[in-house]
Amino acid sequence: MDAADALILARIQFGLNIAFHILFPSLTIGLAWFLVYFRAKYARTREAGWLETYMLWTKVFALTFAMGVVTGIVMSFQFGTNWPGFMLKVGNIAGPLLAYEVLAAFFLEATFLGVMLYGMNRVPAWLHVAATVLVAVGTTMSAFWILALNSWMQTPAGYKFADGQLIASSWLAVIFNPSFPYQFTHMMLASGLTSSFVVAGLSAWRLLKAPADSIALRALRTGALVAAVIAPLQIFVGDLHGLNTLEHQPAKIAAIEGLWKTEKGAPLVLFAIPNEERRRNDFALEIPKGAALILKHDAEGELKGLEAFEPDRPPVAPVFWSFRVMVGLGFAMLAFAWLGLWLLRGRAQPARWLLWTFAGFTFSGWIATLAGWMVAEIGRQPWLVYGILRTADAAGGISGAQLGASLTGYVVTYGVMFVAYMVVLTHLAAKGSTHVAPNAAVAKAGA
Amino acid sequence: MSLDLPLVFAVLMGMAILAYVVLDGYDLGVGMLMPAASDDEQDVMVASIGPFWDANETWLVLGVGLLLVAFPAAHGVILGALYLPVAAMLIGLMLRGVGYELRAKAEGWHAELWNWLFWFGSFLASLAQGFMLGRTITGFEPGVGYVLFSLIVAGGLCGGYVLLGATWLVGRTEGALQRKALVWARWGLLWVAFGIALVSLATPLASETVRSKWFDFPRMLAPMLLPFATAALWLWTWRTTRRIEHGEQASEWAPFAGAVAIYVCAFAGIAYSLFPYVVMDRLTIWQAAAHPSSLRFVLAGVLVVLPFLIGYTILAYRVFRGKARAGLYH
Repeated sequence: MDAADALILARIQFGLNIAFHILFPSLTIGLAWFLVYFRAKYARTREAGWLETYMLWTKVFALTFAMGVVTGIVMSFQFGTNWPGFMLKVGNIAGPLLAYEVLAAFFLEATFLGVMLYGMNRVPAWLHVAATVLVAVGTTMSAFWILALNSWMQTPAGYKFADGQLIASSWLAVIFNPSFPYQFTHMMLASGLTSSFVVAGLSAWRLLKAPADSIALRALRTGALVAAVIAPLQIFVGDLHGLNTLEHQPAKIAAIEGLWKTEKGAPLVLFAIPNEERRRNDFALEIPKGAALILKHDAEGELKGLEAFEPDRPPVAPVFWSFRVMVGLGFAMLAFAWLGLWLLRGRAQPARWLLWTFAGFTFSGWIATLAGWMVAEIGRQPWLVYGILRTADAAGGISGAQLGASLTGYVVTYGVMFVAYMVVLTHLAAKGSTHVAPNAAVAKAGA
Repeated sequence: MSLDLPLVFAVLMGMAILAYVVLDGYDLGVGMLMPAASDDEQDVMVASIGPFWDANETWLVLGVGLLLVAFPAAHGVILGALYLPVAAMLIGLMLRGVGYELRAKAEGWHAELWNWLFWFGSFLASLAQGFMLGRTITGFEPGVGYVLFSLIVAGGLCGGYVLLGATWLVGRTEGALQRKALVWARWGLLWVAFGIALVSLATPLASETVRSKWFDFPRMLAPMLLPFATAALWLWTWRTTRRIEHGEQASEWAPFAGAVAIYVCAFAGIAYSLFPYVVMDRLTIWQAAAHPSSLRFVLAGVLVVLPFLIGYTILAYRVFRGKARAGLYH
């Protein structure tokens, strides 16, 4: 097995792990704020229904969080095992950002999570509310630091060279690099959308099993409302993010648009099959001048095509397709969130088809988020750190045989984990929250 | 700045690893003891570690994180050399985490499967960690002898975790389960004694560097206190388990304290053997250290966060003190 195969295996393994990992934080970051809302509602109204909602979603959160922790531990090791060149070249910048993620966030979550999950009857109410807020702050901080690192890899800034390595010349410039504000906001909103559709979808699932569950109906409304608010914001922020990418990573934009040649007044390609060999699109369906209008706000604006970046350009098809999946889902989520919210208004018994559709949309946020990350990460290729370090130069050390053996182990483990997670999630959702009345919880604790 | 940053980070990393080994050690130990208990007892055992295991595992991330940040050159060498055991450990930690969470959240639904995953994952992770420790002490030397040595260390570490887990249960439980845990604790003690003795004899044989550190007169005098302290702690721990069994005056947390103290001694011995190497005989902490500008930036964060961290770790343990009961933390 040669080095090229080992590189592919290293990328597959890392990509698989990071894709599997991101599912869980993308849900917990948003869900944590839902919990704050449910907990605050209970603190204000003392109404048992809010407590039951809180308890149910706390379980979902805990389960998801645990999945995130264990897959996150794998990440912290794979930076070193799969990409030793990454740490050698940019370790002086990537290391501290990762360290801050662990320090400021991981512990905050993991420790206050204990109080939040198990401490309701053991600590004063204010401390329990505070713990819930701190867990949400912790998950957001965690995302802040890891996105500081990822956005820095997209648009490096604030560094200088010393002995062939990079060191920081300004940490503020490193953290608040050009793409950071866009990427961070985009990911936060993505998590908000993901979690609101999960809350709405699983509540709809419960209502299909138990149509009289008024608590589930209220959670469904909450989820739909949050989704309806966030979806348009996300599309707006996504557009700003795209313009930022055009400025700093034009090759990624060319791949997204399927634009092979530099041209004025480039069309917006709605559908096509990018042909890498012949460097053109087959079966293209285009809107004339569309891309120039969207990206340059000028029908005759010039956009650089992929030819301008050869050979340092990403593979087109995966970026092109992932982008269309993300945007298509984004608009579908917007349309359905508004329609769903409208149809839910004032109804005690929503139509079954509406519940089924909400249930169908449960994991739409996951798919859109994964597609978005594919655009960001594959679109950055062949660079690992844009313009500074190539992915191929960062790999090494591990033989293809070892990678293959461990990859098999990871695939089997992730498969088991994913199936188990989904089965328990639907089991929890179908069972609903009705059995965890506060008095019962207290009685249990005193037993 | 005259501060020896690599040394500071070596100490911090050592502390994080020690905290990890002791803290996750007891919950891994509880996991390995699962098959020895009845169904009802298993619920109590699982409840006893409920509020803690997540946070315990994050110390591993901190330890590895510090290695990555402070000694990037060593991070690649160590994790490259330990690639397969690291993968095995990670898979073990994932399986036990999933087994644990699903067992709690599914409330008895498919409990045997989750129990089995929890046990298997705990055992796999412990074995892998011991194996990694063995490989690290011997500087990743190739050869059957060194691999055998690492397997012995792996067995020894499992025994150590069982001891921690059993003594933790002595403190956290009561009645029949506590009496069982006392017996497990003594088995753990025997296992640990065997493991430490073998490792202490084999390490100097396996490594020239270690041999000269421990057996060259007169610098051997101070470290030689460690084996005697360990033996004394071992005897004391054994006696406290007997005293609790016979209902004599003794704190129920004394065996756990004794087990932790034994760990601290063993850890000090290993640290003394390795220092100043971060990769045995190849890279010292100063050779492997990151650029001072990065170390200073991280140190600032560590100094701000660490007091909070320790503070709320203590808070969490205070909040959840007392005896564990089944279902309490569901």
